Amino acid sequence: MPPTINTNATSLHSELVSTDAPKDLTAFSCPVPLPAGERILLGHGSGGKLSADLLQQIFLPALGNPVLDRLEDQAIVSINGSSTRFAVTTDSFVVKPLFFRGGDIGSLAVHGTINDLAMGGATPLWLTAAFILEEGLPLDTLKRVVNSVREAATHAGVPIITGDTKVVEKGSADGLFINTTGIGQVRDGILLSASQAQPGDVILVSGFLGDHGIAILAEREGLQFETQVVSDSAALHELVATLLDATHEIRCLRDPTRGGLSSTLNEIAACSRVGMELDETSIPVREEVRGACEMLGLDPLYVANEGKLVAVVAPHAAQTALRALRNHPLGKYAAIIGRVLSDHPRMVVMRTPFGTTRIVDMLAGDQLPRIC
Amino acid sequence: MKYLDEYRDARIARALAAEIRRRSSRPWVLMEICGGQTHTLVRYGIDELLRGSVELVHGPGCPVCVTPLEIIDRAINLARRPDVTLVSYGDMLRVPGSQTDLFHVKAEGGDVRIVYSPTDAVNLARTLPDRKVVFFAIGFETTAPAHAMAVLQAERLGLNNFMLLVSHVLVPPAIRSLLGSPKNRVQGFIAPGHVCTVVGCRDYEDLVREFRVPIVVGGFEPVDLLEAIHMLVTQLEEGRAVLENQYVRSVQYQGNLPAQASVARVFEAADRKWRGIGSIPESGLFLKSNYAAFDAERVFDLADICAQEPPECISAEVLLGHRKPTDCTAFGVRCTPDKPLGAPMVSSEGACAAYYQYKRHLVTL
Repeated sequence: MPPTINTNATSLHSELVSTDAPKDLTAFSCPVPLPAGERILLGHGSGGKLSADLLQQIFLPALGNPVLDRLEDQAIVSINGSSTRFAVTTDSFVVKPLFFRGGDIGSLAVHGTINDLAMGGATPLWLTAAFILEEGLPLDTLKRVVNSVREAATHAGVPIITGDTKVVEKGSADGLFINTTGIGQVRDGILLSASQAQPGDVILVSGFLGDHGIAILAEREGLQFETQVVSDSAALHELVATLLDATHEIRCLRDPTRGGLSSTLNEIAACSRVGMELDETSIPVREEVRGACEMLGLDPLYVANEGKLVAVVAPHAAQTALRALRNHPLGKYAAIIGRVLSDHPRMVVMRTPFGTTRIVDMLAGDQLPRIC
Repeated sequence: MKYLDEYRDARIARALAAEIRRRSSRPWVLMEICGGQTHTLVRYGIDELLRGSVELVHGPGCPVCVTPLEIIDRAINLARRPDVTLVSYGDMLRVPGSQTDLFHVKAEGGDVRIVYSPTDAVNLARTLPDRKVVFFAIGFETTAPAHAMAVLQAERLGLNNFMLLVSHVLVPPAIRSLLGSPKNRVQGFIAPGHVCTVVGCRDYEDLVREFRVPIVVGGFEPVDLLEAIHMLVTQLEEGRAVLENQYVRSVQYQGNLPAQASVARVFEAADRKWRGIGSIPESGLFLKSNYAAFDAERVFDLADICAQEPPECISAEVLLGHRKPTDCTAFGVRCTPDKPLGAPMVSSEGACAAYYQYKRHLVTL
């Protein structure tokens, strides 16, 4: 069996260089162009272009193989040609603060990995959990987190079957980090991939966007603001099962976590070499989230979610898929938000209520608060 | 969202755009000053809606973009000192200085922190008495009162470890310099609504009289901007030049007097260099000499850190509205938000970044 390492951030976003662009740019010398640098920046972890650069320049050249090179949220493998396909995924959780409205690092570590399995059409079977603890962490904090892991895993019906603990010196970790690995069995007859979107397909989301990111920001140091927004952190495998029971005409499922909806859609558009057009008025965002984003100068399309999925669905199955999602409590506010086009491949474009269009790009680095 | 959705109403916006197209007998050249306004115009495609009737050129109103290279180098120098905590608004961190940017200094181990409010930096200075906390105070008249308040608060608390690295610029001297240029094509201005909320309208009235140019104080939502453009086009078609206020829900003629008083207490105007443009007389705010102890440039003696900008850089032409971002041969090819060549590509409020972010699909690169 080939090694199966999963890396979540994927992008094949290519530079836009046309052949008739002037080649001689020596006359132009604006302030110095900075190379992405010789060190890791926080932006390398944002799920945007810098993360994609790391994959393309460091990880894939060193570790690439046919399974890894697919760059899906999970590896799909089988043993000795058996028809049983397994999904494997791993994810590390470093969220700060550890506890937030609607969840904590423990429940998030369970939900995140289950969701990466579910997006591959897999029924989650087992989880592993590894804890990296910082010297001085109060035991009470650890107990709370471990209890939360237990509750989330029990609720999802997925047992934790092995684990590990390491302790590092004070200052070497921010309280605690968790890594979880998940193994699941892919449903028969299902093959989901970011490279399968076709012109004409319909794009759906399972509910309100941006809740998790705003719930986290609201508790960040120096930014405490009052909000009723609760993280949407949830295990989505049952929602996916409901959807796949209703139709097999699903091309691709993704959970728009880091980098938000825009990064997820840009990845799918790039992998499938298609364009996408979204309808701005149809994208579900809560009033409170819109308000917080206005105040902070953020765009909800770039804000993280931990309990939402994006589905690209064949056109004739779109209404069936929408009904199926809405029939499940986690998909109650599902909506059709756009469609796949053959125009402007690898670009996601938003149609504004004014009838004009604009690009919805991948995030270059971290989404930065604007000055005014 | 109440108080916002009304100003994003597509039906009203379309009607206003149709009325502007009907009234406009020639393609008037208008400039919006503020980067926030540029952002809205491009995000909603208002320039597309008005093509042929109005040419919108984008002014020098992005504080991140116009902060001189040498000030960024000075911030980087401070951030590298072991005893300094440099505190900044988020979007300054990615702006390239002449060698590196603050994100890289942070990755090298420099203590660089992001806050939303300068008073958070004052609180940081209280909790870190052994460190020198320097707040990177950039912006137009809008952020100046908050920076003045931070200094006054630090003074009241008796803090001797809180300082500002000041790079404050003023809008009216920039408009004056623009209108005085023989290359000027701009026939009417949308004045920045939030700046006027603070300083009021008097300076803009002077500009209207001096240059016989119509100015409308405008808001930041699409309907605000379309209404302001409509008011400007109406004046131009009727051959009038007066100051009008579209943004009445925020701007009063006198402005915010207590805010003006705090600024006047702490800051004074003097000549200031703008990135990509050069020095403009009386266009910057500096800490007064009795607040020298709060001035990082004086405390750390940073005057020797200078940087020359290459004169060929087109960002000057873009910031002055002489050329569009898409006129640049490097736009979208060699210059992108993740690898910016010039300042307007760095901040999300920069004109080049706004074009790149929203309009790349409409131009041939």
